[in-house]
Amino acid sequence: MSRSRHSGDLLRHSRESGNPASFPSSAARKKRDSRFRGSDGFRLLLASLLIPSSAPAFGQSALPPARYAYAQLPDPRQEAEAKALMETLRCLVCQGQSIADSDADMAGDMRALVRERIAAGEKPEAIRSWLIERYGAWVSYKPPVEPLTWLLWAAPVVLVALGLYLARGRFRRKPR
Amino acid sequence: MKRLLLWLPLAVFLAFIVTVAIGLRKPAESPIRSQMIGKAMPDFALKAAVASHPPLAAADLRRGRPRLVNVFASWCVPCKAEAPQLMALKRRGVPIDGVAIRDRSEDVARFLAEWGDPFERIGADPASRVQFALGSSGVPETFVVDGKGVIRHQHIGDIRPENVAEILAAYEAAK
Repeated sequence: MSRSRHSGDLLRHSRESGNPASFPSSAARKKRDSRFRGSDGFRLLLASLLIPSSAPAFGQSALPPARYAYAQLPDPRQEAEAKALMETLRCLVCQGQSIADSDADMAGDMRALVRERIAAGEKPEAIRSWLIERYGAWVSYKPPVEPLTWLLWAAPVVLVALGLYLARGRFRRKPR
Repeated sequence: MKRLLLWLPLAVFLAFIVTVAIGLRKPAESPIRSQMIGKAMPDFALKAAVASHPPLAAADLRRGRPRLVNVFASWCVPCKAEAPQLMALKRRGVPIDGVAIRDRSEDVARFLAEWGDPFERIGADPASRVQFALGSSGVPETFVVDGKGVIRHQHIGDIRPENVAEILAAYEAAK
């Protein structure tokens, strides 16, 4: 599937675009530069190959991040609430990261959404259910208790009970 | 019975390994479908993304005729790839509105001039708010909205030539 994800996840991105030269780490670039001691023209050519020339190819927007994407809320209690919620919301374009951990534009916009709604007095769980209503339980790292997830919630209890049952004989036979 | 039970932890462990191995083989990312299909278009009123087109509000999407809502951005490469397909849909008489995600007016104007302009209205969504409200998780995405403003269909990713028929069918079904 080819679609632009406004992603800041460079590793995943370069893998997706199948272009390993697009985002070498600066250390790697330095290393390569020092290895090639050719003419200036060659260096220029090399640099033009290594440095990405046009931003749109990487699916990042030209707009600056939203106000509350990187700025904290003035009220520390509200900020703590927002932070706790952001850490349990999944980034849509960099799946596997929380929106608190991602530099993708879309994650930034979602952080701004969370902070603004918390600042407006909305409860974190209300914001979570608003998002679940749109993206499904997938968007939350806190799985809901529903028939599909009963096994998930019951597994620890079941496993401990099973362990106790298996170990029961050993405890009983312990010599005094 | 007891002897059999002793093998249980190993069996559980092996089942775990198999589950993880299968999970590792699956692609890491899967498209996240919107849960808004069959629900009313959430309320919004966006400003115009470019001077040449009127702005877009949810009220414009419940005027009795189905429409397509294309979530796009000038900085998005697959959006350029799907432009000919959107133009083809427009030629077939399908009305299309756009939501420009995190975009600047001059960039949208340039995008339309270069890749074609299938849109009647274009709303600017500078902080992805309408995108979130729609349950859309990237660009491009295309929604079919019926005449009452109910979302009927979502197409994730660029519209390829082979997808045009499917979108036309969803549009006809929304009538």
